[in-house]
Amino acid sequence: MPGPLPLTGTYPAAAPPDPASLPPRRILAIWLRDLAMDRWRLSQELGLGEGADASPLALVAESARGVRITAANAAGLAAGANPGTALADARTLCPALATAPSDPAGDLAFLEKLALWAQRWGPWSALDAPDGLIVDVTGVAHLFGGEEALLADVRAALARRHLAARLAIAPTAGAAWALAHYGPDGTVLLPQDNAVQRLAQLPVAALRLDDDVLLVLRRLGLKRLGDLSGVARDALARRFRNRRAPAANPLIRMDQLLGMVPEPTLPVIEQHAPLVQRRLLEPIRHRDLLDRVVADLAEDMARVLEGRGLGARRLELGMWKVDGEVLVRRLELAAPSRDSGHISGLFGRHLDHIDAGFGIEMVRLRSMWSENVALSQGDIEAAAEGHGTSLAAFIDRLVARLGARAVRRPVLRASHVPERVQAWVGALEPDKSSQEAFEFHHRPLKLLDNAERIAVLYASPDGLPRRFRWRGEVHEVARAEGPERISPEWWRERGSVRLRDYYRIEDGQGRRYWIYRDGIAGDGRGGDAVGRPPDWFLQGLWG
Amino acid sequence: MFHRIDSPAVSPGSFASPAQAQGWRPGIVSDEVAHGEIFASAREGTGAAMALALAQDRLASAGLDPLADMPDQRMWLWVQDRDALRRSGRPYRPGLPRSLRHRLIHVAASTAEDALFALEEGLRCRDLAFAIGEISGNPKALSFTASRRLSLAAERHGVPLWLVRLDARRDLSSARMRWQASAAPSPQPRWNAAAPGAPRWRAELFRARGHPPGEWVLGPGNREKLTARPEERLSEAPTGAQSKARLEGRMALA
Repeated sequence: MPGPLPLTGTYPAAAPPDPASLPPRRILAIWLRDLAMDRWRLSQELGLGEGADASPLALVAESARGVRITAANAAGLAAGANPGTALADARTLCPALATAPSDPAGDLAFLEKLALWAQRWGPWSALDAPDGLIVDVTGVAHLFGGEEALLADVRAALARRHLAARLAIAPTAGAAWALAHYGPDGTVLLPQDNAVQRLAQLPVAALRLDDDVLLVLRRLGLKRLGDLSGVARDALARRFRNRRAPAANPLIRMDQLLGMVPEPTLPVIEQHAPLVQRRLLEPIRHRDLLDRVVADLAEDMARVLEGRGLGARRLELGMWKVDGEVLVRRLELAAPSRDSGHISGLFGRHLDHIDAGFGIEMVRLRSMWSENVALSQGDIEAAAEGHGTSLAAFIDRLVARLGARAVRRPVLRASHVPERVQAWVGALEPDKSSQEAFEFHHRPLKLLDNAERIAVLYASPDGLPRRFRWRGEVHEVARAEGPERISPEWWRERGSVRLRDYYRIEDGQGRRYWIYRDGIAGDGRGGDAVGRPPDWFLQGLWG
Repeated sequence: MFHRIDSPAVSPGSFASPAQAQGWRPGIVSDEVAHGEIFASAREGTGAAMALALAQDRLASAGLDPLADMPDQRMWLWVQDRDALRRSGRPYRPGLPRSLRHRLIHVAASTAEDALFALEEGLRCRDLAFAIGEISGNPKALSFTASRRLSLAAERHGVPLWLVRLDARRDLSSARMRWQASAAPSPQPRWNAAAPGAPRWRAELFRARGHPPGEWVLGPGNREKLTARPEERLSEAPTGAQSKARLEGRMALA
């Protein structure tokens, strides 16, 4: 075994008590080998080889190195327009090459919908971006009359949608993927088959490895999967000993292929965002009517959410205007809530500056992000008024008026530079685990956002300060402690940043400050290069 | 963590006795001080530090809730308007009292109106331990009406508020206790006589409901002792309205 295996995520199924009693896993891999071109043909309503598809055509995308071809039709490929070549190069080979923009985001969205649609063949499916699907067909093949018939059904259904596909069924996702991409189309690898033997003739690219790993294997002369099992396993394990990612380690991929190591995948699960809307008989133009509608929608939404045991975290209010414009207002809540009064109150502040124009004819409220909230008993006492608001509702109200950047809490960060020790996060975010500051370090109660420059009188350049002037007033130093030397973080800052000597100061009236000298005389940085003494700054105030 | 070491219980009930009504002293808990104001200079951290010390003193003196099975872990609120933040700095977590460090919610409001809004919302929130506001100068928004709203909200929901007024005139306000605070020279620390010691504040109570005015030198209690009761009786000194006797007292810090 190649060391500890970095497998993260959840396993698709809990470990069964007795694996022999369960039917063997059957995974269907679908490779849509021409997805981008198929989608383009669908959008142009063309059949294969009809109309514009008959002449050379390529889909192109902007890249850092000019316009590149991402996909091409059969005529284009024949003319030399291979995916990955620059458009200019392809045009020299085939001046008649027509182009269309590629749409990777649209392809992915299409693939997501297709993954849901593919659940007709199995209880769960996963994306294999950019152009594949994985469907778990364990124990369902008999519904279609066997696995061969299941494959025929898949092929027919995809052909009806004009999608070119290659299919395979195998006991593991890795083996199914390898067979779909590099094996004969429609292969079925049975659990009792000798997988090592059946897969031995596939190229090493069937292991889904990164390009640089494939290059290494090619240089080692390992071209087929059978070659990998021919080499002593510990030799390969030593060669790839510090490659932890499965895509960078052929041994992990090989084990996944043979089912010796589980391969977690993320299933696609459809979720419906709770949505309520009101069509208005008469377009509304006045604020109080709109408030009424929003309050009604919030109540509808609360009912919908309550029925599902959910609470909204992010809400979107869309307002369709008569003149064809749509106004959208978004809201995020600090904790899931289905309190209609709270929701409509928060939206109230966001509706102050909207322009209704000729009127709003439809209003829609959608909860884009919901979380589970258990049902709880409402307030039944009249005394509930005195209880006040909850922390989450309080944070929501502040954020709605002041913005999320104004309401925060400090957390510690791994740094020793005073201003970098604390970071600010959202008010209800949890504390990360971190090392607390040392107890013997005295730190001020407050820190100025920007350390302010002060003029200091001292006995010797590296000695204690005697007197300083800050914001136009002179402070006599009565007591001082220091220096506490804090070096810059060389791994984060430029080399010219100077170390700081911090002093705790108390002046004659008992006012206490944290001041520092930026650098020491003779360090050759900053002003020292031209013979100026180091600058002093006031950074913190004690109570 | 609020340890209560000894308990000559100072409860709202015992406050009614005439001997204690004479003068304020640390550890007094009454419903009256739900809204306090501290006037201080923006050149020093005294205002915020004293507000924090008063809040901690109140939490510690109120004692533990007998029904609670956990130490108090409610959040607390610190609101600053932009000018206060620019002139007197931002809270610094490593310098905050240990029991309060991880519970701070900080609001950086751009105007005094926003700061007052945040404070009022905070006082209405049942999950907050206390609120501290820092407002610079005498903004129009902080009128008598606004301070009355804060007082009512603080009293109704029981969330105490200390409002630090930086470089402000003593204007009209409905705060129950109004302090003028400035830094005082610290006592000598035990090991390094040249170093600054534990903080001391010269605090003048110039208006309070139920207490005569007076002047004190206050400071946090000893860290090792973690005491929740005053070490010296403050009411022994004369506390006439006219004579502003200077009293050395120690305030409890949890």
